[in-house]
Amino acid sequence: MIPVKFDYLAPTSVEEALAALGEHGDDAKILAGGQSLLPVLRMRLNAPEVVIDLNGISSLRGIRDDGDAIVIGAMTTHHDVRDHELVKEHALLLAKAAAEVADSQIRHRGTFGGALAHADPAGDLGAPALALGAQFVVQGPGGSRTVEADDFFVDLFETAIGDDEILTEVRIPKHTGWGAHYEKFVRVAHQWPIVAVAVTVKGSIDEARVGLTNMGSTPLRARATEAALAGASATEDGVRAAAEQAAEGTNPPSDLNGAADYRQHLARVLTGRAVLKAAGAA
Amino acid sequence: MTKIELTVDGAAVSDDVEPRMLLVQYLREKLGKTGTVIGCDTSNCGACTVHLDGTSVKSCNVLAVQANGRTVTTIEGLADTAEGDLHPVQEAFRECHGLQCGFCTPGMVMQAVDLLGENPNPTEEEVRLGMEGNLCRCTGYHNIVKSVLHAAEQTGVKA
Ligand SMILES: Cc1cc2nc3c(=O)[nH]c(=O)nc-3n(C[C@H](O)[C@H](O)[C@H](O)COP(=O)(O)OP(=O)(O)OC[C@H]3O[C@@H](n4cnc5c(N)ncnc54)[C@H](O)[C@@H]3O)c2cc1C
Repeated sequence: MIPVKFDYLAPTSVEEALAALGEHGDDAKILAGGQSLLPVLRMRLNAPEVVIDLNGISSLRGIRDDGDAIVIGAMTTHHDVRDHELVKEHALLLAKAAAEVADSQIRHRGTFGGALAHADPAGDLGAPALALGAQFVVQGPGGSRTVEADDFFVDLFETAIGDDEILTEVRIPKHTGWGAHYEKFVRVAHQWPIVAVAVTVKGSIDEARVGLTNMGSTPLRARATEAALAGASATEDGVRAAAEQAAEGTNPPSDLNGAADYRQHLARVLTGRAVLKAAGAA
Repeated sequence: MTKIELTVDGAAVSDDVEPRMLLVQYLREKLGKTGTVIGCDTSNCGACTVHLDGTSVKSCNVLAVQANGRTVTTIEGLADTAEGDLHPVQEAFRECHGLQCGFCTPGMVMQAVDLLGENPNPTEEEVRLGMEGNLCRCTGYHNIVKSVLHAAEQTGVKA
């Protein structure tokens, strides 16, 4: 199928894009990599009158070092996030998760900012961003503001980005030298995760961050498990005991891929595996 | 209508297209390049894979207007046809019989070329992972994987 007719705008600056967004309001849709939006338009689940393509705005692409953080432009592709030296060195968890997104062709087009703005609870990048304490920089008519990871994901497909705003970049506090693993559970290759667990640990184990994918309407932190892991040793028994708490406070969906209680079971098992791998003990 | 100018399989083309036209439609319906096929229409199967500025994309999930000013290579532009030769990856698919019905083959070949460009000497596992966005309903993938590994061996001499 092909989308309903729309007008196409290709701004070359964020200001120009914001002006177009201001002018067309609810009738407009931002186009990033198009790997979620174009299927939606083709299935005619949405029919914007105006599509504003960000691909011509070069300032939104790229990854830079900014002291205690690395900064990832919203239009940086999954492919580039996966391969970038700064990401591997300071936010290994993101490199590992980006490698698990969809397939090669989609990683060449899909963007970091687009995936986070889309906020699909089964998306692979939300939980790692949350676990790493990402800060989201959004720009609107009145300038830029920063949203903390805990406030960014609001609900299913809903974020703190306002209707007149664009996500421009994401700051990831450096986790230099932290071990990391993204454990994704799927039935077939290149599928969205039924459940996935994002783990990064300092030492084995001084501190741990655990993010959960598809265990509720937004990505979640497994805080009880994080607390139990802090100062623990990375032994099979210790880690499995801490992972027993991974599903606390979660509210996963029941669907054709699995019932909620099955997903909670998966979250506990996968958390144990991910922590052991992140700590280099498996 | 929006005006686009791009290079497709080595030739400069320009056209007026509706913004909603997908790149795959443009290639097939405007340029007659039906070597690139539409398989699933959901961006899962990879049959429509082409290269945009040298990297593989699913052309059912890119707008034709987004290819403005850029270079597209399809299965029809892969081989140096003036010489009548096949591309080494096409040759390998023929040699190893990496197909049955052939419908997924254009996409498989284009993705394999991308994969080998990035990783000229892949392991079998790396081939299977690198080709995960391309579905085949006939072969069970065995001969496809063999073909890609064979192509790597043949061209690896250079690497
Ligand atoms: C077959 C297939 C399999 C996939 N499998 C996976 C998977 O396993 N895991 C996974 O995580 N993802 C998967 N994806 C989705 C992929 O990761 C997309 O790249 C991603 O979800 C959206 O990013 P995009 O850049 O393509 O955004 P788009 O599709 O262009 O946009 C998505 C939404 O975000 C909005 N938006 C985009 N950028 C901005 C911005 N800067 N500011 C404000 N709003 C913005 C758009 O308006 C739109 O509503 C898959 C997609 C396909 C087609």
